[in-house]
Amino acid sequence: MKSRIAFFVVVFILWLLLCMTFDWVHVVSGVVIACFISLVAGDMFVTRPYVLKNPFRYLWFMYYVPLFIWECLKANIDVAYRVIHPMRPIKPGIVKVKTRLKSETGLTFLANSITLTPGTMSVDLDEENGIIYIHWINVVSTDIDEATERIVSRFERVLAKIFE
Amino acid sequence: MIEIAGMACIAIGLLFDLLGCIGLVRMPDIYNRLQAATKCVTFGTCSIMFGTFLMVGFSSTGVKALLCIVFVALTAPVSAHALSRAAHKSGIKLWDKSVIDKYREDYPNE
Repeated sequence: MKSRIAFFVVVFILWLLLCMTFDWVHVVSGVVIACFISLVAGDMFVTRPYVLKNPFRYLWFMYYVPLFIWECLKANIDVAYRVIHPMRPIKPGIVKVKTRLKSETGLTFLANSITLTPGTMSVDLDEENGIIYIHWINVVSTDIDEATERIVSRFERVLAKIFE
Repeated sequence: MIEIAGMACIAIGLLFDLLGCIGLVRMPDIYNRLQAATKCVTFGTCSIMFGTFLMVGFSSTGVKALLCIVFVALTAPVSAHALSRAAHKSGIKLWDKSVIDKYREDYPNE
């Protein structure tokens, strides 16, 4: 029930932002639609509602967003350099890294962040052993620990505080 | 002033979109192509959206542009991940100058 209420609030706010008109027709239809969606799908998205209560998670999320945008910008300049360089300086390969995140949301965010950061793209995920397979456009090290240190650790630290 | 900032954001976004498309043509195999296409095009599109938001402000259009940034940033990596995984599972080889393929080593039958 708690997860349904949390999901209702999120869907309703999203609806209001999409409309941006606050007359009663839109608000009432928003309530109806959000009720329906959260009844049908509420327990699929928010599985641990107690996580939403901790304010420090939101603060860490505020810290994570600029970190992510900065890494994303670096990634773009890096890839753009490799694309327009006449010699095409790439050395691709698929490496393995370890992660200690367990929650589904945390793993999703980690995989998405890896995809949008310099030269790496997550290919597959082994949830039970905490292993991510990553396509690396410029393989620096094939060793699992060093690859983990270079690719995962800068996000994992913050994401563990937000989602675990 | 804010108009010029919005224009600059849109110009940067267009530039990165163009680079992503060039990368799509120049890179040797599907995985490298996805790298170029996902990163550059996601950032380029987000930048264009943000430029639009700067130009129109907190109106109905501007808020929709901001929401689009969130959704594009959340969904583009997922589609790239699904494409690369499907490509690997259906047996598309890496580029012949690739260094290593740990995924093939761990799942040799697929």
